[in-house]
Amino acid sequence: MATKTDIARQFIEAIPHSKALGMRLTDMGEGEAMIEMPYDEKLVGDPETGVIHGGAVSALMDTCCGAAVMSHPGNPGGTATIDLRIDYMRAATPGQAITARATCYHVTRTVAFVRATATDEDAENPVAAATGAFTVEGTR
Amino acid sequence: MKAPRRKPEPVQVIKQRRDATLRALVEGVPYIQYLGMQFERKGDELTGVLPFDQKLIGNPMLPAIHGGVTAAFLEVTAIITLSWTYLWEDVESGAIDTATLEAGGLPRLPKTIDISTDYLRSGLPRDAYARARINRSGRRYASVHVEAWQDNRTRLFAQATGHFLMPQRRD
Repeated sequence: MATKTDIARQFIEAIPHSKALGMRLTDMGEGEAMIEMPYDEKLVGDPETGVIHGGAVSALMDTCCGAAVMSHPGNPGGTATIDLRIDYMRAATPGQAITARATCYHVTRTVAFVRATATDEDAENPVAAATGAFTVEGTR
Repeated sequence: MKAPRRKPEPVQVIKQRRDATLRALVEGVPYIQYLGMQFERKGDELTGVLPFDQKLIGNPMLPAIHGGVTAAFLEVTAIITLSWTYLWEDVESGAIDTATLEAGGLPRLPKTIDISTDYLRSGLPRDAYARARINRSGRRYASVHVEAWQDNRTRLFAQATGHFLMPQRRD
């Protein structure tokens, strides 16, 4: 039988925009999610340096936070972003994949609270951090 | 005696310079091209346009535009508007070198420090529009508010506030 995590993985990998960006769910469970996005020249924001655009990092963060919410046992159904704040700490190193890790750290009947970080191969120095609120959907 | 006032430049000369600058800003960035974003200009006012495309979908069931795409759309509109405002004086005076711009010599762009996006409604499978308002722009930092809508200007589907680090003048 397909577990909730399997369903969520299929669901995320079926999102057209996430697929277009090559996102791969590498880990998930109990309010945690990890998604990897490979480096791609079409995502470059600064052609002089080859650094990925912040907007592509936003798309990765949003997907990963949503996945963390969906994997939380307190959320029976889907989710939508209410708000998401992203802090850009440094430029991602060109040529390296970006990995986002999100934690859904609190869920009420209606709202899920999430935080996330994004790193390149230098996992000690995050590229970006995010905090957001998401809807809790489904019947109860 | 009053110095003679400079004769206004022919409209096509100034338009050519404004459009070349805007084109360089927008077409020089691969990610803006990937999203398919365009900018419309009326005088100095810019409107970001995101024509709908299947690859922008985040929820295939609704369907709705991906929240990350919405965030990116708002961020790009903020950065382009900020760059445009920052370059405006040089465009008007003719100090800007349009030949270099057209050859792909992109001016340095502001860097995002942080951006907070508010999702007010789900983004429909329609074209989206956005306009940015610069609330404060100093020598180093800028604060920008952006609003995005689809069919109705007054029914925003998203808004964002971001802080940006301005490029330092090379002189």
